[in-house]
Amino acid sequence: MIGLPHFLLLAGVLFSIAVAGVFLNRKNLIVLLMCIELMLLAVNFNFIAFSHWLGDLNGQVFVFFILTVAAAESAIGLAILVVLFRERRGINVDDLDTMRG
Amino acid sequence: MSNVYLIIVLAPLVAALLAGLLGRVIGRAGAHSVTILGVATSFVLSAWVMKAQLIDGLATYNAPVYTWLVTDGIRMQVGFLIDHLTVLMMVVVTFVSLMVHIYTIGYMHDDDGYQRFFAYISLFTFAMLMLVMSNNFLQLFFGWEAVGVVSYLLIGFWYKRPTAIFANLKAFLVNRVGDFGFLLGIAGIVYFTGSLDYATAFHFAPQIAASSFTLFEGQGYNAMTVICICLFIGAMGKSAQVPLHVWLPDSMEGPTPISALIHAATMVTAGIFMVARMSPLFELSPVALSFVLCIGATTALFMGFLGIVNNDIKRVVAYSTLSQLGYMTVALGVSAYGAGIFHLMTHAFFKALLFLAAGSVIIAMHHEQDMRHMGGLRKYLPITYWTCLIGALALIGFPGFSGFFSKDALIDAVGQSQIPGARYAEFCVTVGVYVTALYTFRMIFMTFHGEERMDAHTREHLHESPWVVTVPLVLLAIPSVVIGWLTVGPVLFGHYFDGAIVVSPAHDVLGELGREYTGQGGFLLKAFAHLPIYLAAAGVASAWALYLRWPAIPARLRASLAPLYRVLDNKYWFDWFNENVIAAGARSLGRLFWHVGDEIVIDGALVNGSARGVSWLAAVVRHVQSGYLYHYAFAMIIGLSALIAFLIFRT
Repeated sequence: MIGLPHFLLLAGVLFSIAVAGVFLNRKNLIVLLMCIELMLLAVNFNFIAFSHWLGDLNGQVFVFFILTVAAAESAIGLAILVVLFRERRGINVDDLDTMRG
Repeated sequence: MSNVYLIIVLAPLVAALLAGLLGRVIGRAGAHSVTILGVATSFVLSAWVMKAQLIDGLATYNAPVYTWLVTDGIRMQVGFLIDHLTVLMMVVVTFVSLMVHIYTIGYMHDDDGYQRFFAYISLFTFAMLMLVMSNNFLQLFFGWEAVGVVSYLLIGFWYKRPTAIFANLKAFLVNRVGDFGFLLGIAGIVYFTGSLDYATAFHFAPQIAASSFTLFEGQGYNAMTVICICLFIGAMGKSAQVPLHVWLPDSMEGPTPISALIHAATMVTAGIFMVARMSPLFELSPVALSFVLCIGATTALFMGFLGIVNNDIKRVVAYSTLSQLGYMTVALGVSAYGAGIFHLMTHAFFKALLFLAAGSVIIAMHHEQDMRHMGGLRKYLPITYWTCLIGALALIGFPGFSGFFSKDALIDAVGQSQIPGARYAEFCVTVGVYVTALYTFRMIFMTFHGEERMDAHTREHLHESPWVVTVPLVLLAIPSVVIGWLTVGPVLFGHYFDGAIVVSPAHDVLGELGREYTGQGGFLLKAFAHLPIYLAAAGVASAWALYLRWPAIPARLRASLAPLYRVLDNKYWFDWFNENVIAAGARSLGRLFWHVGDEIVIDGALVNGSARGVSWLAAVVRHVQSGYLYHYAFAMIIGLSALIAFLIFRT
């Protein structure tokens, strides 16, 4: 029988993969965006799982909002990325250190 | 009546404003006319009030005329207290001021600051009247400071002379020391009575005398003694008592008319007046009275000595003023307030006369003040000579002249007193008589007699001063001769000051003398049985011997008594002490605060130090900012994990 812990575990694994992606990725900004999407998905999993088990639909409503926001966010993110590429001729994460103190 | 009093006070103020602000419009003649009119109005009305009080029995007036503000139950008001003491001061102040106004027309004739000068002296008259007519401490303090300001302005009247600027700054600073004590005294009275009114303060005087200030645990000081000494420190500044006397000789940098008006006749006597006015307080503190007595006696004798060695005609008169102020203070110290005020009055006349006469000499000598370049002026300046001689005789106490009555009564009163310090004071004032006669007649002989030591050019232009100068001299000479004879009975031994001055029966030395008083003639005869009159004669004789008969002696004396002469020539090193210890000490303290406190601690450690600390910290911390997104994300995750771990494992 699949229970709540399995869903939470899946969400946790997804989130961890996303975090690892953020840390380990040194080359591609697109991967970074994808990792962020993955984090949001992991959170969505948690919402749905809890919503189902607690019998409260609010959690699922939240998921819709998060999906919408995530879509908008990746659209903006990609747009910025395109501009950045035009500007710097590359999307290498290691080169983006203008904020260095 | 309050309208009359208001006019008396405000007439000189209006005149001063007209002459000061519209001086260019109304011109020279306009300026002196309007100010003389203002002061003359005050004088006539003051004299009329005096007549009304003395002859028609007008009651003492004591009422506020304007409430400035009320704060915390303390009413700050302008009000008048017009009793016999006040009215005497009013008449003296306005009379001398009027004479000086007229005299100034002649003395300042060629000066560019003509209108300004008249505006100042009229303003001074206003301030002095505010001071003497006040019925509360606030107004007294206002007048006190206002006369100080005018004194400052007038000492530095010739503001292009460095010495004048130095002198007026000195006068102002030394007076600040005194005023600090004065303010503390007033604050003490407000603390105990919650009121600035004289009447309330006097009403509560016994309670104040019964309480005490505690500075350290178990060590209390009688509140009345503290308050009275603080008030007297104010008087020491204004009335130039040792050690706050140093400004008065230097104030001679100002034009001579103001030396006569402010630094001889009126302003410097404000301290004497104030102490007499506060007699209900001072009577309750024997310690303060002894303090007053000793300070006065020291001033009376030791400032007199300085008059002997000075060669500047005005400074000799200035030291004489110091010495005479010391006499008045001695009178206050032995509770003979009446004698002090009486001497104040006679002194106002004859000292103003002496100063104006000195001024007349200075005009004739083309602003030469050194007596070593004078001599034999008697035949060129007959009116000045005779009036000056009258002033000198009054000053040394020649029998029958005004100064004789006041000074003799004063010395007798000191002799009667039994308070601590009275014997020292008696010695000082008695020897002081000899010294006074010596320096006064030294001045007369060096100026008017003997060989003519001026250069030929000056001698050709010597002539008597114009009538605007000589008329005030004559008008002042008259009271210098007769005022003592006329008023000694009622003012000194009568009941003139009853109600205005309070003397406790234990110290009532004037009352003792009054019982023996049998009229002017008896007073005169009795004086011949006492020492002072012979001392005065000896002083004149010594002056004659030293400066006319054998003029070589002074130089030889100076050589043989070189150390003593050095002491006197350096004025007991008071100036040296003030400049090198107090002023230099204050400067080095200031430098210490500047270099250590300000530059090192505040600028160095606090202001620049904190900035430097922040920049050092930032230099370290900026290495954390790698600019890589994943570092920031990593930090966030670590932080988040730590937070969650904390929340979970908290329990």
